[in-house]
Amino acid sequence: MGKAIIDLQHLAKKFGDQTVLKDINLTVNPGEIVGLIGPSGAGKSTVIKVTLGMEVASGGSAKVFDTTMPNRELLGQIGYMAQTDALYDSLSGLENLKFFGLMKGIAKADMKQEVMHAAAVVDLTADLNKRVSGYSGGMMRRLSLAIALLGSPKLLILDEPTVGIDPALRRQIWAELGRIRDEGRSILITTHVMDEAELVGRVALLLGGEVMAFDAPAVLKKQYGVDTIEDVFLKAEGVES
Amino acid sequence: MRTIGIMNRVLKELFRDKRTLALMFIAPVLVMLLMSVIFNTNSSTDVSVGTVSVSQKLNKEMGGIKHVTVKSYDTKKDAKRAMNDEKVDAIIKKNGRNYSLTYANTDSTKTATVKLAFKNALTATSINQLKSALKQSTKATVKLQAQLQALQKQQAAASTATATAGSATAAKQAAAKQAAATKATATNHATKSSSQSTPKITNHYVYGDKDTGYFAKMLPILMGFFVFFFVFLISGMALLKERTTGTLDRLLATPVKRSSIVFGYMLSYGILAMIQTIVIVLTTVWLLGIEVVGSMASVVVINLILALVALAFGILLSTFANSEFQMMQFIPLVIIPQVFFSGIIPLDSMADWVKDISYVIPLKYSGDAVSDIIMRGTSIFSLGFDIAILLVFLIGLTILNVVGLKRYRKV
Repeated sequence: MGKAIIDLQHLAKKFGDQTVLKDINLTVNPGEIVGLIGPSGAGKSTVIKVTLGMEVASGGSAKVFDTTMPNRELLGQIGYMAQTDALYDSLSGLENLKFFGLMKGIAKADMKQEVMHAAAVVDLTADLNKRVSGYSGGMMRRLSLAIALLGSPKLLILDEPTVGIDPALRRQIWAELGRIRDEGRSILITTHVMDEAELVGRVALLLGGEVMAFDAPAVLKKQYGVDTIEDVFLKAEGVES
Repeated sequence: MRTIGIMNRVLKELFRDKRTLALMFIAPVLVMLLMSVIFNTNSSTDVSVGTVSVSQKLNKEMGGIKHVTVKSYDTKKDAKRAMNDEKVDAIIKKNGRNYSLTYANTDSTKTATVKLAFKNALTATSINQLKSALKQSTKATVKLQAQLQALQKQQAAASTATATAGSATAAKQAAAKQAAATKATATNHATKSSSQSTPKITNHYVYGDKDTGYFAKMLPILMGFFVFFFVFLISGMALLKERTTGTLDRLLATPVKRSSIVFGYMLSYGILAMIQTIVIVLTTVWLLGIEVVGSMASVVVINLILALVALAFGILLSTFANSEFQMMQFIPLVIIPQVFFSGIIPLDSMADWVKDISYVIPLKYSGDAVSDIIMRGTSIFSLGFDIAILLVFLIGLTILNVVGLKRYRKV
């Protein structure tokens, strides 16, 4: 295993008096999918924000590609998909993809190919010329994912990517995520869907600003003596309260 | 490159929002048309004037002017009472040879009508006076000339047919004296009649002063106001929307520079403001027939700078708003006070400390500059002070915005 792509050590984050993250230790290795699960308000989004450099850590260190975040130039190598769809409604799907492609710094010559590939993965090729305001909720989610995939970034950070996507397409997306992993690229993914948590390489259980458990799903299940990750989640939460 | 990309995107979004575009371009034109109709109706206002000890001739002359009725009062007190009862709009009183005019001035167009009517009537009567005076003096001169000729003849006769030298010289002297005297009276007469034609006129205003409300004076400031208002509101809303929909976060998750975002917005809204200003200027010139003495390009340039200030201001304030409605709440706090201090209401009549507030109002500087260009034809190069202040606003606010975006991404 090479050097970790994401390396969070004893990460802490405070907003004023409120401590959101106490002590986060999390690594994402090359060619690995790491799932981040935890109840609402556990600090999943804050972990992502610090990793992206939108927020600065109050304590500990946050390194991506062995560089301390925040670092603007590095963002070109990270594909990010937020919880909200974050699209320009009055533009078409194609225009959205092209705009964010330009912002990511994709060369003009590669743009068309990149855009078409990303659209094909999320099955949006036929609807690219429609305005986003005419998209269904699922289509918006897929477009949002396609934007994150643009430029084949070495690291993908996906915040609840499969909400509102029907089962067939969800399976298709996970297949693509698997291919990305096999190419040696890394993915950090948050999810509420517990059977998705079974699909990741390692899963981190975030609770009260701390990582309660961080290991492969099978190991965690054995450790807690339960059959599913969902039960692990419930049990861990029960222990805490 | 990214700046241009952001500019293109913002412009694309703007031009697809037809309603907002219509608001930007049609609303100002509509409001200005309305205002010009409402404020410029003096052509058909009826005014009544009360006069005190004014000559019959002048009364008659004024009464003959369209839309003017004249009522004669015995004392100023009676006339004042009539004014309080809103029976007369102005009082004209003659003191000796001078006139004292008092205007109710609750309606500036009426004041203007009275002023004009009085001036015309006064000129007419004094011309008449002058005419008769001239007639008299020409008659007198003719008579005097005849006398003079007779005297000269007498003189000549006396000098040729002389019996005694002594008596001849005496007669000659006497004749010369008389001639000089008659000449003098003639000139006296002429000067007297010419000095009579310029009586002193003093104006009094019950309400306000001579500068109260004129559309022509409001227009340059109004133009700037529309540019400021719409660019402020629409750009503020646009950035607020970027923030609330999460596109700003997503944008900042790419390697784009914070300054590129701000400049991209500036370029796109600068283009929009330029088009808007051109539309407003052309409407005012062609539709409302307002005279622009200076160069129209200068007007566009000043308004463009003002638009960029408004844009920077809108972006800055949008960070303090969490919803569209909260953005609207800045209108009474930020936009309305700008109108008060912009010069639409004359600043010289305000208290000094109130006047000082106007120095931090961008609209005041653009209003001053555009007024100078439109009404006095001042060149843009001699308006360096106003432009410099606007640029200071612009640069300061832009820096604040670029730094302010750090709230959303730390680099």
